Amino acid sequence: MAGKLPDAEALLPGLAAGIKARVTPASAMIGLHTGGAWVAERLHPLLGLKEALGLMDIAFYRDDYAKEGLKHDPKRTRIPFEVEGRDILLVDDVLYTGRTVRAAMNELFDYGRPKSIALVVLADRGGRQLPIEAQHCGARLEVPAGKRLRLKRSANGKLSLELEDVDRAE
Amino acid sequence: MSTVQNNPQLNANGELQHLLSIEGLPREILEQILVTAESFAGVTEREVKKVPLLRGKSVFNLFFEASTRTRTTFEIAAKRLSADVINLNVAVSSQSKGESLLDTVANLSAMQADLFVVRHGSSGAPYLIARHVKPHEHVINAGDGRHAHPTQGLLDLYTIRHYKKDFSRLRVAIVGDVLHSRVARSLIHGLTTLGAPEVRVIGPQTLMPAGVEALGVRVFHDMRAGLKDCDVVVMLRLQNERMNGPLLPSAQEFFKNYGLTAEKLALAKPDAIVMHPGPMNRGVEIDSPVADGPHSVILPQVTFGIAVRMAVMSIVAGN
Repeated sequence: MAGKLPDAEALLPGLAAGIKARVTPASAMIGLHTGGAWVAERLHPLLGLKEALGLMDIAFYRDDYAKEGLKHDPKRTRIPFEVEGRDILLVDDVLYTGRTVRAAMNELFDYGRPKSIALVVLADRGGRQLPIEAQHCGARLEVPAGKRLRLKRSANGKLSLELEDVDRAE
Repeated sequence: MSTVQNNPQLNANGELQHLLSIEGLPREILEQILVTAESFAGVTEREVKKVPLLRGKSVFNLFFEASTRTRTTFEIAAKRLSADVINLNVAVSSQSKGESLLDTVANLSAMQADLFVVRHGSSGAPYLIARHVKPHEHVINAGDGRHAHPTQGLLDLYTIRHYKKDFSRLRVAIVGDVLHSRVARSLIHGLTTLGAPEVRVIGPQTLMPAGVEALGVRVFHDMRAGLKDCDVVVMLRLQNERMNGPLLPSAQEFFKNYGLTAEKLALAKPDAIVMHPGPMNRGVEIDSPVADGPHSVILPQVTFGIAVRMAVMSIVAGN
């Protein structure tokens, strides 16, 4: 199964090259915890952005709080620049239902009114439940129902995509 | 009240359903609250200090005993979570008309309450309420008698962690009227659960609960000896009604022996922090130059209290 998945490391240069044409003096990047933050940490230095990288945890904006409660280990959102008037590059690892991205946009607007938001993802596995699409995508993958596509990071910082059973991951 | 049955605060999955006391909470839950509060502290620094977690929920502040700081910070915390907040000053309403505690709660429940924040003069009152509320309703103890004040204990722990990073090498002194202090009790349980190696209590024999050593603390009656090399000094409020009672000769006498002055504070570590749950009696338990001095973190405690209460409310309401 894992053999069919693309090499996450090999996807990064192409993804960065695609984003370059979009970069403006007002561009700034935000990675979503945890996998999106890892991808953003790799893309950010390749794009020569002048603002430091922002990191966001959408735990307080999730739409399943009433059902699932609060996530156990929420990270602090840190956005080291003014969001107002920026061209935001919002980075996540895997795009699936679109609910995380919706939550991230809700949180982002509590920081200010960006000029634009572009969504950057390492992999798009389909299965959208909301009208959200990525502007930049490293790979489009078919993932069987009941499986979760996850980004892993090894001790030496290498990124890789893996399939997990949903029950095991929960 | 320390014999209250096996953890009425936790649900069947071991998650926090009500916050009644720090005593009996596992370390993981204390850490979960502190980590979550740290993320909420980020929210309270933004221009829009609000998140949508408790939208549509009703929080009832049920204060049977007077409080300004605690009630206000609970109200701010609930509003920053987008809840609707209803403040009841029960001392002057239903109770004075003879309504029982459980009848008051049943009526508020009929008004579709989701969360009760309860302060009561009787130890154990929030436990009684927690036993009778519906499964989707949650109770947070905002101070019950001499028993517990868990959110104050948690915000004290948060403050210590913020400035000292790690509990594992800390020497903490809690000074003053330990006997009547629910704050001291909650903080001692929290510190020992999180692994602080040395907790000291300092005060006159008459204001020290019998058998306090059983909580895992060292007792000092000499403040100078007790403060030596401490990393954290927590001053307790001396309640006005005790000042000239049978337990103490006078406020002046108390200040001389147990008031925190710059000269006594110099015996603690050079980077020691000074805390106080408020309201302070300047010139009784703490000298003004110390309260306003560089070691004091008394006002940051108040700010951290909001993030801590946001964490507690959003964790219990989600379980």
